[in-house]
Amino acid sequence: MRAVRSFFLMLLLTLAACGSEQNDPYPTSERGQSIFYSAFTERPKHLDPAQSYTEDESIFTAQIYEPPLQYHYLKRPYTLVAGTAERVPEPLFLDARGNPLPPEAPSSLVVSSVYEVRIKPGILYQPHPAFATDGNGRLLYAELDAKALRGIDALADFPVTGTRELTADDYIYQIKRLAHPRLHSPIFGMMAAHIVGLKEFGETLALASREQPDAWLDLDRFPLEGVTRVDRYTYRVRLTGRYPQFLYWLAMPFFAPVPREADRFYSQPGMAEKNLTLDWYPVGTGPYMLTENNPNSRMVLSRNPNFRRETYPCEGDDGDSESGLLKDCGKPLPLIETAVFTREKESIPYWNKFLQGYYDASGISSDSFDQAVRLSVGGDVQLSDDMRERGIRLLTSVRASTFYMGFNMLDPVVGGKSGVGEERARKLRQALSIAIDQEEFISIFMNGRGIAAMSPLPPGLFGYEEGEAGINPVVYAWKNGRAQRKSVDEAKKLLAEAGWPNGRDAKTGEPLVLNLDTTSGGMGDKSRLDWLIRQFGKLDIQLVVRATDFNRFQEKLRKGAVQIYFLGWNADYPDPENFFFLLSGSEGQIAHGGENKSNYANAEYDRLFVEMKDMGNTPERLKIVRRMKHILQHDAPWIFGFHPKSYTLGHAWLHNRKPNDVANNILKYQRIDVAERVLRRHEWNAPVLWPLVFLGVGLVFLIVPAVIAYRRRERSIARSTSEH
Amino acid sequence: MFAYLLRRLLYAIPILLGVNLITFALFFVVNTPDDMARMQLGVKRVTPEAIEKWKTERGYDKPLFLNPAVSGVGVVTDTIFFAKSARMFVGDFGRAEDGRDITREIGLRMGPSLAIALPTFILGLFVTVSFALLLAFFRATYLDFWGVVLCVAMMSISGLFYIIGGQYLVSKLWRLVPISGYAVGLDAWKFLILPVVIGVISGVGASTRWYRTIFLEEIGKDYVRTARAKGLSEPTVLFRHVLRNAMIPILTGVVVVIPLLFMGSLLTESFFGIPGLGSYTIDAIQAQDFAVVRAMVFIGSGLYIAGLILTDISYTFVDPRIRFDR
Repeated sequence: MRAVRSFFLMLLLTLAACGSEQNDPYPTSERGQSIFYSAFTERPKHLDPAQSYTEDESIFTAQIYEPPLQYHYLKRPYTLVAGTAERVPEPLFLDARGNPLPPEAPSSLVVSSVYEVRIKPGILYQPHPAFATDGNGRLLYAELDAKALRGIDALADFPVTGTRELTADDYIYQIKRLAHPRLHSPIFGMMAAHIVGLKEFGETLALASREQPDAWLDLDRFPLEGVTRVDRYTYRVRLTGRYPQFLYWLAMPFFAPVPREADRFYSQPGMAEKNLTLDWYPVGTGPYMLTENNPNSRMVLSRNPNFRRETYPCEGDDGDSESGLLKDCGKPLPLIETAVFTREKESIPYWNKFLQGYYDASGISSDSFDQAVRLSVGGDVQLSDDMRERGIRLLTSVRASTFYMGFNMLDPVVGGKSGVGEERARKLRQALSIAIDQEEFISIFMNGRGIAAMSPLPPGLFGYEEGEAGINPVVYAWKNGRAQRKSVDEAKKLLAEAGWPNGRDAKTGEPLVLNLDTTSGGMGDKSRLDWLIRQFGKLDIQLVVRATDFNRFQEKLRKGAVQIYFLGWNADYPDPENFFFLLSGSEGQIAHGGENKSNYANAEYDRLFVEMKDMGNTPERLKIVRRMKHILQHDAPWIFGFHPKSYTLGHAWLHNRKPNDVANNILKYQRIDVAERVLRRHEWNAPVLWPLVFLGVGLVFLIVPAVIAYRRRERSIARSTSEH
Repeated sequence: MFAYLLRRLLYAIPILLGVNLITFALFFVVNTPDDMARMQLGVKRVTPEAIEKWKTERGYDKPLFLNPAVSGVGVVTDTIFFAKSARMFVGDFGRAEDGRDITREIGLRMGPSLAIALPTFILGLFVTVSFALLLAFFRATYLDFWGVVLCVAMMSISGLFYIIGGQYLVSKLWRLVPISGYAVGLDAWKFLILPVVIGVISGVGASTRWYRTIFLEEIGKDYVRTARAKGLSEPTVLFRHVLRNAMIPILTGVVVVIPLLFMGSLLTESFFGIPGLGSYTIDAIQAQDFAVVRAMVFIGSGLYIAGLILTDISYTFVDPRIRFDR
């Protein structure tokens, strides 16, 4: 009986301890604070601005580093505005003699273009030990050895920190870092083709690095021809020819400043062994600084106390004022003190924690789609009743991405050049473009979260057009005010004209068999591939799926050993050049090792591409873009698939959220109504205690009969023993 | 005993070499150094020069096993296999492909892994042995029958079901503990309680059946009959005599896994957001990080060998007839 009494006492104590919000995953000390809670799925590999290039990383880097330019938070189409720069620089075009040319000068005359960037004075870096100085102004931690690092395991272990003013030299230093042989910046190859002297600079650095493999490379010792300092706050970048897209690059962390002191600080012996690197502990001037870096579990961004004065925008798009996005006009940024990102590798815990109010925002995984969203008969998206009752808001936007099924134009059947003939192959591609019903795919496999693509350009980019003007006339007809996919009969007609009536060779009667190379996957992929086989089957074409792993797939693409493949592209920046280059002949995978995996080459398209990429967004450019789209629609080197839609949910207490697929430095604009969050969390997370009581009672009901049975058995054994 | 241990440790060297060789061969059958470079550098805008540079800097530009371009021992030593393997035998695991120190990372992640694995192991052992003894005590009764049925049912259910079901019931519906996450120190208990309970429950079925079989086999032996004949109570017979004599098969299965507790659990850590070594291994496989995969397989093999040696040693404690000395 004593055991039973103890058990009940324990149970009562446990119940008493169960106040409210027992499921709160955060420390009690954080309750009621202005903290933004979110999650990340993939651990960031790089936080060094020279290396970081993925979305998972830019969640953090974009809040810490400040490139000279940024995108306006509210305006659409995406508009570049000044970040740390005083203004968006206007390029100066120079001819072969170095004489200035007018902006409208033909590209053939432009030998180089110069971007002069002037940054705002008085901007300070976040507190960091690399800037710490002694009384004489000498750096405190510039000559450390292994002994001095004893007891130092994290950046916070350095007792003294300092700061200094941002200068033009820091931007120059970072541009030089793009060529650093030990950093492997993903954009070095591309930038080396544009920034004057960067390629040679990389070779010089590589040589210096080989001579002193473990020593710090002081980049200030090596001049870079195309990047020069004008004064303390101004620097110039000279590019080969005309490259207007460079301005977009100036809005990416690749061109954010890195102070020489930090580079030197992290290069000291023993630092890398303790993960004390710029890749792990970034240094920036942005609104936030990384104060906790545990990419296995939790990353914490805290407000940078030295952040420059930047205010919330006062103008936006139509409807922004009505939706409350201008309420914080003029308020100093950032509006949130801290952001806590917790790693969630699985979607179920992520989703449930969002519903419990422990994450402020969430995407919608396919598992939880039906719970979150209702699709009306007309295709309108509405939040489910449960979500609405919780005050959750839904934000949707079409992403600046395009997914497509590409044909390898070097293939004799689908490319035609060295096989069936270009005209036959083109009609075959057009027939397939009609037969594969992208709308059905989006509806079945994406819960309607996408729109069918008419060309490579996604919405929001210059040259994307809605309505009749924007449809792909090869695949769609404009009927009753909307684009209607052409019938399978028309596709069959095209197929017959291509010399494959009913999916068989008109001459030999052999069936047409096409091969799709793709990466293998689980059941989801199986059903998608089955669907695709049926789509090809509409034209009596046999589709053979050659599923392989990602590496083999990439290798096949590099070698041109594919016939049809499936890929996608996310915009680096909102310019049509960033999509059209994927089909430019100069980017041919086989010929030039470029990004044109289809190895498509069309002389007119290539000529227009060269012309278009150097132009501003003028009516003339629009005309060229239209022509280029028309060429692609006619030649059909891709079956234009879809532009995915992103669906984001946000709780009622999270304000100032506007979908943004290009800029990532959006945390500073957001605001949290802390009181509302506390209230809602309390309301939603009252613990249910009856299962504990039930469990206790259940255990008693199990134990008591067992004890009785045990005693009876003991007695019966004794009795039977005594009877014998 | 010392000579025995030394001999076993010496045996471990060729085993570890073999494991390392097989890991190396298998990894490079499906991944080329080019693939690894692309995985690290990304697929966007990566030039062939950048890939070559990456390979050269990390030593992946050499041949895999034999280098015919050099002479002497260089044929063997100037290869990827030698360069990447030799240092592991002195405990230097080097850096992950993203530049982070592997030994340090393992040190950081070992704690969270053990925080789940150790209580799950101890509690699980206690629960399953007790339950198995209970079933053995009530052998050939309805209690035993339904107990076995319950065990079969429990072992037939996937571990994933327990995790998702447990999270749904305890964290989502009843809101008793956080659904996932981790904290250091005393705050960790609320994150650990659910994965530990689920870990114990999911293991009860199979282990109980196994232990029950062992106990039932022992119960039929003469010494048990003698003990009963001496008038000892059934619990005394079970705990003092049957359990002790059934220890050899129990230890064979139990001690060997003790060192492997450091390696963590792949599924549990992923679903509960525990930053342990299990999720580290999974992440490395997904990222094609050969340095981490190799280090984890090497450590896993070493710990398994350590477990086997510990098992042998443990026999001497439970069975006085077993001695290492001749």
